Amino acid sequence: MDMTALFLSRIQFAFTITFHIIFPSFTIGLAAWLTVLEALSFSTGRPVYRVIFDFWLKIFGVAFGMGVVSGIVMAFQFGTNWSVLSRMSGPIQGPLLMYETFWAFMLEASFFGVLIFGRSRVPPWFYLFSTAMVALGTTFSAFWIMVNNSWMQVPTGYVLENGSFVPNDWSKIIFNSVVWSRFPHMVLAAYLTGAFCVAATGAWYMLRKVYHAEARIMLRMGLGLAAVLMPIQLLFGHLNGEYVNTYQPSKMAAIEGRWNDEKPGSEVLFAWPDVEHRRNLFTIRLPPPFGSLIDSDSLTAAETGLNSIPPENWPPVLIPFFAFRIMVGCGLVMLGLAWLGSYLSYRHRLAYNRPLLWLTFLSFPLPFIAIITGWFTAEVGRQPWVVFGVLRTADAMTPFLTTRQATISLVIFCTVYSFIFLFGTFYIYRMIRTGPVRKPFATPHLVVPNRPMSLADEMLIENPSHLAAGE
Amino acid sequence: MVMFWVSLLAISILLYVLLDGVDLGVGLLFSLANGEIRRGAMLSAVAPIWDGNETWLVVTAVILWGAFPLVYATLLSAFYLPLIVMLLGLILRGVAFEFRYKTQRARWIWDLSFAGGSLIATFIQGMTVGALVEGLPFTNGQYSGGEVGWLTPFAVLCGVGLCLGYALLGACWLAKKCEAEIREVAHRQIPVLAVGVLAFLVVVFAYALAENLPILHRWIDRPYLFVFPAIGAVAAAVLALSILRHNDRWPFYMVSLIFISAFGTLALSFWPYMIPSVITIGEAAAPHSSLAFMFWGCGVIVYPLMLVYTVISYSVFRGKVRSASEYGHH
Repeated sequence: MDMTALFLSRIQFAFTITFHIIFPSFTIGLAAWLTVLEALSFSTGRPVYRVIFDFWLKIFGVAFGMGVVSGIVMAFQFGTNWSVLSRMSGPIQGPLLMYETFWAFMLEASFFGVLIFGRSRVPPWFYLFSTAMVALGTTFSAFWIMVNNSWMQVPTGYVLENGSFVPNDWSKIIFNSVVWSRFPHMVLAAYLTGAFCVAATGAWYMLRKVYHAEARIMLRMGLGLAAVLMPIQLLFGHLNGEYVNTYQPSKMAAIEGRWNDEKPGSEVLFAWPDVEHRRNLFTIRLPPPFGSLIDSDSLTAAETGLNSIPPENWPPVLIPFFAFRIMVGCGLVMLGLAWLGSYLSYRHRLAYNRPLLWLTFLSFPLPFIAIITGWFTAEVGRQPWVVFGVLRTADAMTPFLTTRQATISLVIFCTVYSFIFLFGTFYIYRMIRTGPVRKPFATPHLVVPNRPMSLADEMLIENPSHLAAGE
Repeated sequence: MVMFWVSLLAISILLYVLLDGVDLGVGLLFSLANGEIRRGAMLSAVAPIWDGNETWLVVTAVILWGAFPLVYATLLSAFYLPLIVMLLGLILRGVAFEFRYKTQRARWIWDLSFAGGSLIATFIQGMTVGALVEGLPFTNGQYSGGEVGWLTPFAVLCGVGLCLGYALLGACWLAKKCEAEIREVAHRQIPVLAVGVLAFLVVVFAYALAENLPILHRWIDRPYLFVFPAIGAVAAAVLALSILRHNDRWPFYMVSLIFISAFGTLALSFWPYMIPSVITIGEAAAPHSSLAFMFWGCGVIVYPLMLVYTVISYSVFRGKVRSASEYGHH
């Protein structure tokens, strides 16, 4: 076993999946937002909703395309770097990934075609239905991915036969209680991402004094949605904590920076965990029983510390400890912004409050940071296991993978992804800066559902003669 | 149930080879064309289909993982570097489709990515099949070839062969979809590439005889296998005839038929192995509970819907592309 190759493989997986998650988390939220807009347009008939819809549909196209492209790699990486895992867990993880791929292909690809082609060819109610189906498709994708990952967190519904995980109860795997706190947590995170990106765009236009009508709606709806969803998200975050506390005490102890067993437990708000000496430096903490109250909803419950877990079963303590705090911090800032902004918006004062507009504009990275650090907490906190308690990450790697191979692949992944990412991000930025187009446009006939990115391409055309030629 | 998933896997691989072979082939010919008008026209002949075509690669991967995890784990890890390079080649050429129209100055970068990515991906696919036919080094059921165990003269030869084959497929597609200059050029390229593919097949056969490849014995055991090469031979004859008559559509259908017969030949000579002489279909198959779960939720309804959807996408795009300026803006 080549330990360097193992380390590089983990970095590579973390890098490619972090890159990937940015796009789906954005598009799941955007798809839902597009559905709301289309429903409003359908029921009120106000043209402004149509303008905003068309604008965000373009951005959805680019982000969706980037998500698909970066997702292809994920379908192969289990086999290349983690061949032992993929052989053992293939009977469970393979089918779940197949559901994700097939269902997504069926719903997203076909109904996305209607969104592009169909405005003039299908009745309005069917167009609205198609928008909802695209949103449903992205949500299904998230669902199967969460089922898959939840099985790795809390494996269930299987027996170990001839060195592979043979499923014997799919309903246990799918209706695993863990799925039903993690899946909503992820979907809400995606909705909040959409809400904050929309609100930030509105704030940006407000500050630049352009597209006033659209900007007001984006701000009001974005912040309003966030104001409602954020507390629910905190609740589901708390429910996630309960499953971690029940099934993964090592992850919980690392997140909480708890070294000794406590009954009832105290709550470390901030510290610098000193792993070598098994203690916390610079600690700010709430006294007992706050720890038990937060982790176990109880005033008296005993909480496990790292000292009662063998060190070879510890995760790398610092990463879940800090990633979790960054996530929660982002969430609280978003909550404050959403409530304050919604209040001011309700009083019709938000448009004149430039500091708050600036803060809203600058807040768009927060949901992304929260999602990435949240996943770091979940995935790094699961270590040293890849399937918790059953299969160690070190034993899951391709046994004959060498450091040289892993280095080469990691370097080319980083190069190619940075290259594409810079271009794609710049491109989305340019589209948002340009803003919505208020005049109706013709859909060029060569834009097809299988090329979502081309939608933005064609619609940016300023030359009307070409537009005329396109139909 | 196992047979059901073997069939779906075979259909998916065949669809991938035929469909993505077309646009990879156009990518290979793209580097030979100069001038924006010609390049634009070539791109517009594949632009609406390439992404859907690549979907079948992902479908193949997930079927392999879900239904035949042992093969998925073994193959993907054995072909570690070539596979990752191939994926990145496919990604680069994919985004090149979109990004080359965003810039005038840097367009050459994306043109290079498009042609280069197509070449790399095609070569590696051919090489992989070649290495499988020749047989990978295995010890006790585990790959033991090291970092470059797949790199043999025969595998390289197959890589070159597939480049010729995809280019031929691409040229036939261009003849079918395009008009004017592109069509003329394609008609000149088709005979050259066809002769190249034929020469490649002869060399492969000679090599197989000379090296006494294990796969050859299966042929002597099962003479009925010669049905597929016979179909291929007939298709080649019709192809020659249609080349002489400058037909626009028949070369594409005949080359597709040659690909199908080559695929059938290969699949039947592998049978019942998935990795020749190492892993059989039975050994590789996932437990029944997995196969049945996928059958009801994916295989029996969703997969046929995906096929229908593919047919509809192609029928929307049937006929000649109208002009070079229709894809992207200038």
